[in-house]
Amino acid sequence: MKGGEFSELNPDADGVRPEPCLETRNLSLRYAGNRRALNKVRLTIPRQRVTALIGPSGCGKTSLLRCFNRLNDLVDDCVITGRVRLEGKNIYAAKVDVTELRRRVGMVFQKPNPFPKSIYENVAFGLRIRGIKSRRRLDEIVQESLSAAALWDEVKGRLHKSALELSGGQQQRLVIARTLAVAPEVLLLDESASALDPISTLKIEELISELKKNYTIVIVTHNLQQAARVADYTAFMDMGEMVEFDTTARIFTNPVKRRTEEYITGRYG
Amino acid sequence: MKRSLANWLDSGAPWVWINAGAATLCLAMVFGLLLLLGVKGLGHFWPQPVLQATYTGAEPPASIIGEVAASETIDADDLYPATPGEEQGEIERQLLKLGNRDITGGDFAWVLTGLLEDVSYPPELAVIERREWGNLYGYLNGLRQAGAAVLPVGAQDGTGEARWNELHSRLDRARDLRREIERIERSIIADINFGMERLRLEERQLVLAGGDSAGALRENARQRESFDAQYAEIRLRLLELNRQIQRDTALFRIADGSTVEIPIADIVRAHRPNGMDWVESTRVYFARLIEFLSGNPREANTEGGLLPALYGTAMMVMLMSVIVTPLGVVAGVYLSEYAPRGWLTRIIRVSVNNLAGVPSIVYGMFGLGFFIYLAGGEIDRLFYAESLPAPTFGTPGLLWASLTLALLTLPVVIVATEEGLGNVPASLREASLALGATQFETLWRVVLPLARPSMLTGLILAVARAAGEVAPLMLVGVVKLAPSLPLDTQFPYLHPEQQFMHLGYHVFDLATQSPNVEAAMPQAFATAFLLVAVVTALNLSAVVLRGRLRERYRAMDTGAWA
Repeated sequence: MKGGEFSELNPDADGVRPEPCLETRNLSLRYAGNRRALNKVRLTIPRQRVTALIGPSGCGKTSLLRCFNRLNDLVDDCVITGRVRLEGKNIYAAKVDVTELRRRVGMVFQKPNPFPKSIYENVAFGLRIRGIKSRRRLDEIVQESLSAAALWDEVKGRLHKSALELSGGQQQRLVIARTLAVAPEVLLLDESASALDPISTLKIEELISELKKNYTIVIVTHNLQQAARVADYTAFMDMGEMVEFDTTARIFTNPVKRRTEEYITGRYG
Repeated sequence: MKRSLANWLDSGAPWVWINAGAATLCLAMVFGLLLLLGVKGLGHFWPQPVLQATYTGAEPPASIIGEVAASETIDADDLYPATPGEEQGEIERQLLKLGNRDITGGDFAWVLTGLLEDVSYPPELAVIERREWGNLYGYLNGLRQAGAAVLPVGAQDGTGEARWNELHSRLDRARDLRREIERIERSIIADINFGMERLRLEERQLVLAGGDSAGALRENARQRESFDAQYAEIRLRLLELNRQIQRDTALFRIADGSTVEIPIADIVRAHRPNGMDWVESTRVYFARLIEFLSGNPREANTEGGLLPALYGTAMMVMLMSVIVTPLGVVAGVYLSEYAPRGWLTRIIRVSVNNLAGVPSIVYGMFGLGFFIYLAGGEIDRLFYAESLPAPTFGTPGLLWASLTLALLTLPVVIVATEEGLGNVPASLREASLALGATQFETLWRVVLPLARPSMLTGLILAVARAAGEVAPLMLVGVVKLAPSLPLDTQFPYLHPEQQFMHLGYHVFDLATQSPNVEAAMPQAFATAFLLVAVVTALNLSAVVLRGRLRERYRAMDTGAWA
């Protein structure tokens, strides 16, 4: 962590300059067939803030997000160059334990994807993977996680019912609880509210604002209002490039680049 | 009008009708087949009335007794030389089962219905099912014990009912004696034979090994003497039992008026169908059905039961399932989850799919060449050298048949497994991986449980295919008549090297290889029906099992999951 890199993050609305959590330098990504999804992306994600990635479809937002937990590793013939650092450590280094990385960097997907198991077992899944067997400890963490995801009161009477019986919004909060259960540092939300009804979306947004006290959150969204509502910082991407990154207020009121302004005002994208 | 036809075509209704029609046709064919097999096969066990008549078609007119087995209408020109300009019309003829094969030579005959006179159904006419020579039809004329005539106790007229009852009580006695004989042969004598064979092999091993073996040989000789003594004792007892069982004979007056004497020990069942009400008929029906399902075949498989075939089929299918399931599932998991996506994997996948289309007789050839001659021969040389040149594993048998069929059905299981794994949503895999699970943990905890029902479906299909397969089995282990069951009470209980009987082959044997085609026909239908029933039962049980697994999986969701 060099001192100079702090300057990339402008002070937030309260005038506090946050510390960096995730940083990318020169990050490029090519899929099979030489399709370039990311081109020399330079981005610094602030710790315990909400950062929104916006941009037109196919601009590389999701590809970037999936670089943070190395989920792109599963894609055949996907070539990644450049560096991604989590708390100053390169996560693409040879000796990195990918499963540990994925525990630290949790991800919530666009569509709710609970396992076809009970609510309880969904939340306990990551814990059982880690070898936690104590019933008391499992109960404790399951309750904590469900509470943190604002779902506990709705499901506490039916923990052992199938997760598939929940509504879409509840399922998405269950997935968030499942991710929180393994105590991650970063939460990646990939358009996680886009498949939900307005009330559920609102609940998720409230939850995000609540969670940022403890977690670094990165959301990908197509919904500019949503980005304006919940994000502290916003990054605008286009054609695999990082066009502009600043506090949300500045991006939405006084963008530097013309492309950003055109996108924000709806003339482009 | 034209407009409305076009409208009707546009509405898609014709397609619905065509689809529904095709589905109906399929159903009709399936049920029609089952109905045919069921009626022809299961109807065979119902006691048929026996007629007595004078046949004027013979010269001189003959008195005949028999059951109507079939009837048909034929063109008279086929029977008599046609006279030009004269229409002879059609003639009805009947196939009569006359029985008494030992006396008259043949037991079936076509007669012209119009030439039968004085047709009657006397209630005292008896049908005697025998261990040899098929049925005997006639009137019970007398009983003899050790050559002396027996007058039933309490008989007022000395004939009729009392004599018939006496016959049955003597039949019961003979049955008990036979059971005792069979028990001795099956357990005690088999034990002695097994022990003697073990001694012989031990001696050969000693000889093959060389060195000083005098002490061991002496010990063997002592044991052999004890076996010999045991055997001599048992033999005496068997002789005595055989003398007792031959004591009684029965006299029957048959169609031509002559009297025949047969040992009561040869009678399986005796009844008088013309005088029976439906309760008695039902009793006879179920007695025959039970014998069919639980008895051994008689009369070159044309009579009796097919327990050995039923048993052999089930054993083979089970052994095959045990082999093919792990192999197919593991191969499917590898191909679908771990194999790199390249041309080599593609070639393997195409090959697996093509294996499913290889004619089954080719698998039989492969099994014969590779498993039996190569693998079996090698096993014999390595582990059973003492019993050579008689082969132990180097000969067709249950194990090789199961292995061959496992190979035959492997593609089905692999393809089903791959399909099941492929159907697991990618989002669930990603969810698991994103939580920090390894690829194996994801496979084990998320993917495999979801793919389990489709793997089971693959196994169902494999079992159904294997149970109905005949061609390869003829090369690798199925026989017309097996002396013993592949799983019995003799150590080591399961005999994978033995040849066995199989329902499919049994049908083939009855339908085409029987010396007495008319007699074998009903049995062939009944066996085919049983084969279909077994396959259906296997499928149903697998479906039920799959439903249970699903339920348990659901239950596991709600409880502890480990």
